[in-house]
Amino acid sequence: MNQQVKEQQGLNETQELANELYWRANLRLIGICLSIWFLVSFGCGILWVEPLNEIRLGGYKLGFWFAQQGSIYTFVILIFYYTRQMNKLDKMFAVKE
Amino acid sequence: MDELKLYTYIAVFGSFALYFAIAWWARAASTSDFYVASGHVGPVQNGMAIAADWMSAASFISMAGLIAFLGYGGSVFLMGWTGGYVLLATLLAPYMRKHGKFTVPEFIADRFMSRTARIVAVICLIIASLTYIIGQMKGVGVAFSRFLEVDYGLGLGIGMIVVWFYAVLGGMKGITYTQIAQYCVLIFAYTVPAIFISLQLTGNPIPQLGLGSTLADGSGTYLLDKLDQVVTDLGFAQYTTASMDNRLDMFAYTLSLMIGTAGLPHVIMRFFTVPSVKAARSSAGYALIFIALLYTVAPAVGAMARLNLSHTIEPEPGQHIEYEQRPQWFKDWEVTGLLEFEDKNNDGKIQYHADENINELVTVDRDIMVLANPAIANLPNWVIALVAAGGLAAALSTAAGLLLAISSSVSHDLMKGLFFTNLSEKRELLAGRITMTLSILLAGYLGLNPPGFAAGTVALAFGLAASSIFPALMMGIFSKTISGKAAVAGMCAGIGVTLLYVFQHKGIMFIPSTRFLGAMPENWFFGISPNAFGAVGAIVNFTVAIIVTALGSKAPEKAKLMVDNMRLPGRSKQQVSGH
Repeated sequence: MNQQVKEQQGLNETQELANELYWRANLRLIGICLSIWFLVSFGCGILWVEPLNEIRLGGYKLGFWFAQQGSIYTFVILIFYYTRQMNKLDKMFAVKE
Repeated sequence: MDELKLYTYIAVFGSFALYFAIAWWARAASTSDFYVASGHVGPVQNGMAIAADWMSAASFISMAGLIAFLGYGGSVFLMGWTGGYVLLATLLAPYMRKHGKFTVPEFIADRFMSRTARIVAVICLIIASLTYIIGQMKGVGVAFSRFLEVDYGLGLGIGMIVVWFYAVLGGMKGITYTQIAQYCVLIFAYTVPAIFISLQLTGNPIPQLGLGSTLADGSGTYLLDKLDQVVTDLGFAQYTTASMDNRLDMFAYTLSLMIGTAGLPHVIMRFFTVPSVKAARSSAGYALIFIALLYTVAPAVGAMARLNLSHTIEPEPGQHIEYEQRPQWFKDWEVTGLLEFEDKNNDGKIQYHADENINELVTVDRDIMVLANPAIANLPNWVIALVAAGGLAAALSTAAGLLLAISSSVSHDLMKGLFFTNLSEKRELLAGRITMTLSILLAGYLGLNPPGFAAGTVALAFGLAASSIFPALMMGIFSKTISGKAAVAGMCAGIGVTLLYVFQHKGIMFIPSTRFLGAMPENWFFGISPNAFGAVGAIVNFTVAIIVTALGSKAPEKAKLMVDNMRLPGRSKQQVSGH
């Protein structure tokens, strides 16, 4: 095997590894976002609504507030958080469009 | 009264003239191709257009009405129809944009390398979209029957004709600027009455805050506490805690709407035309901001409408209004047949109560609440007129979008892609138009006897999309091993189980006389309602696909390379010219 082919192979392997790391970082980020997504809607809005309703937020019962207001605000923040983190990740791994 | 009619005509025709004018102007500005044009549109405008496309009659006309009567239980619609965007932004949109195809069945055919998968995807898409259109038709019918003061059936018929014209004039739906205008009309029409009513009741102009404030009558009572008391006095469940049938059903219902949102073809299609993977992510975020504007106001509209309605019928506890002195809006809605009074105890007064034996408001269609709301609150006529225009904008834009999704999948995916590969462009277009016409006729017919309120019917459509398309797309991106056979088996099993469950409780094609297990909750599987069954269908879909893969059906090496490519933003091979 000559030197050039070896180098090319090495480069390919490095690239593959980088891609793998990029994907794993993405998966971890998705995991974080979807955990919060689940907690605010299914958690605070449905499963734990009764204990949370004991707490008041002005005229709102807290569980009710999560179900009809809070979860929606959180969703918006989550998407922008994900977008920002992914842009950073894209920069870090130098993936460009 | 005549003044109101005049304003309504001005608002409705004025807004329509605006859409057509913008469509004409935008067409002149970019003659060649609207896919290219959308490449110049920033993510903010794109998000606005997605929001207009997405928010339908169900969101605009029906949802707040359902919340008004369901109370806390109505939260499933609020969380379900917004939470799906988180799934879209993280699980589907960026990767599908990177892959670069224009229809959902095309993507499925590519990834699973299977013609069968494409056909199955087309069928699932048609079933889900058609069910969705039935819900829109109900909304259009309600709006027109009130607006033209005719019976619901006739209103529906007129609505069908208008939708037909609107959809066949077609291409304009693809023009982002028209949709931006539609969004503006829609959100203005929704929030202005809400601000007025919130000011009236609580003195706070922001409805989201008004809902959590004290009443402006000087009593110092919180609005929600007052509402809880009023409805329990009438024998209904407490507003802020009234749950849907059971916890599991609420859970499944919300999940079904969320994954259905991420699986509905006309929404996903919007992300195929954004300029980059980065834009696909942020467009989802901006779209959700614009959607959230309406969705956080809706609970305030619902709660305040319920309070105002109860107040009108029974100004003081035990003091019911005389039927002869009923307000004008009451008479107007009686004409449509969607509001009915029956004097059971012959005292000439209107009694509204949870107990069916003494309740005299025998019909209060939930879908009339948003349209009637400004009149109930005695708002100026121009505000009432505005709501009619907003509701029609919402219903028409979504119906047209769905009809285009159906016709493109029949003419492009099914006919041209699979059976007549040498179909001429002209014929393809004709096939699309015929499909559209047939869909409107079918949806209109079924809309005469809709399986539920507009939002409820639409919920069924989400269940069908959730059980078929979403799992296939997700597995296509997140697994390298799921094969074409597995995806086909999964989609068939998922939508099959869901359809079977829905039809056995709601009737075949929603015709009530053909249901074979009764609609009664006692017959529900673990107490899960048919509207919420899409979540179970999705689990079946995933399970079947994974089992088939485990039995030895593996995806070819080429599919793995495709998935690798999808996951990396990199240089995308988006073919801008389209088809």
